Amino acid sequence: MALGLMAGLLLAACSHGPEKLPFRLTNITGHLPNLAFHLTDDNGKAVTGKDFRGKVVMMYFGYTHCPDVCPLTMTRMHVVMQQLGKDARDVRFLFVTVDPERDTVKVLHQYVTAFDKHDVGLTGTPAQIRALAKRYRAAFTRGKTLKNGGYEVNHSAVIYVFDRHGRARVLATPTTGNGDLEHDLRLLISSGN
Amino acid sequence: MRPNILLALATAVALASALPVHAKDSAAVRVSGAWIRVLPGSLPNAGYAVLHNDSNQVVDLVSADSPAYGRVMLHKSVETGGVSRMLPVKQLAIPAHGKATLAPGGYHLMLMQRALPVKPGMRVKIRLHFADGSMLESEFLARPANATGISG
Repeated sequence: MALGLMAGLLLAACSHGPEKLPFRLTNITGHLPNLAFHLTDDNGKAVTGKDFRGKVVMMYFGYTHCPDVCPLTMTRMHVVMQQLGKDARDVRFLFVTVDPERDTVKVLHQYVTAFDKHDVGLTGTPAQIRALAKRYRAAFTRGKTLKNGGYEVNHSAVIYVFDRHGRARVLATPTTGNGDLEHDLRLLISSGN
Repeated sequence: MRPNILLALATAVALASALPVHAKDSAAVRVSGAWIRVLPGSLPNAGYAVLHNDSNQVVDLVSADSPAYGRVMLHKSVETGGVSRMLPVKQLAIPAHGKATLAPGGYHLMLMQRALPVKPGMRVKIRLHFADGSMLESEFLARPANATGISG
């Protein structure tokens, strides 16, 4: 019986591979692992990748002391969410800090809520964040500490897009047009599989 | 009476010459579309504008300051090999009869150590300093974090 169940599950897994979709962005289906992490969200709650199953998820590595590119990315995501209208309720944008030292839960919360209600800030221990970045081959390095104690962090510019099953499907970059991103998000929102 | 007037005059002259030379206002440069993206709390902000040079000579922007921020730096965001980074910029050339653009994702003023409250809707003074010693004071419109530009 157990064997039969397993065989059934395997069969189901095989016959329900990711549906081929006419993406406009870089298709990475099958090339990066499923969304998985153990982190803390901007409300201080422990969360894992599984908590976002059922949503189309975008993930970006950044930091709040980045005054130009990160807010530009966050603003673009806000514009895309507005374009999605009601459908945006099925999408989450995960802002994973690569600067957990300065990006406390409170700072992250203020930051993400200033952009869009579908944004989630995520922080964790340096080891947890390194593990997630490594999983998605996202580089980040801390720059020199300035005289005033400030520093910059060089970070991956890529946005990873996952389907409702947590499978990595497309990559967006800073030069991706909002229309193309919206197009692919809509495909993933309306795709049951 | 007369010696007093003379004394006053001498004092005035002495004071005037002792004061730091007031940077002459730049006649060459105009600013348009100047705005600031305001981030919450004490996070650094970014300033953007288009700098127009109406003269026959290139003008180099070398620094900026503002009463609202303890420190202002000229920066450029670049993306190489999928990695975003910020580079300090020593000077930004505004070509003769041309313009230089400070815009999200490129050149920008990094505004640090907020010294005065800056809220969306406020106009914030920022002084731009040029290589020829001239200066331009302009007003930047403070905008919300998720603004796409000076409007919108």
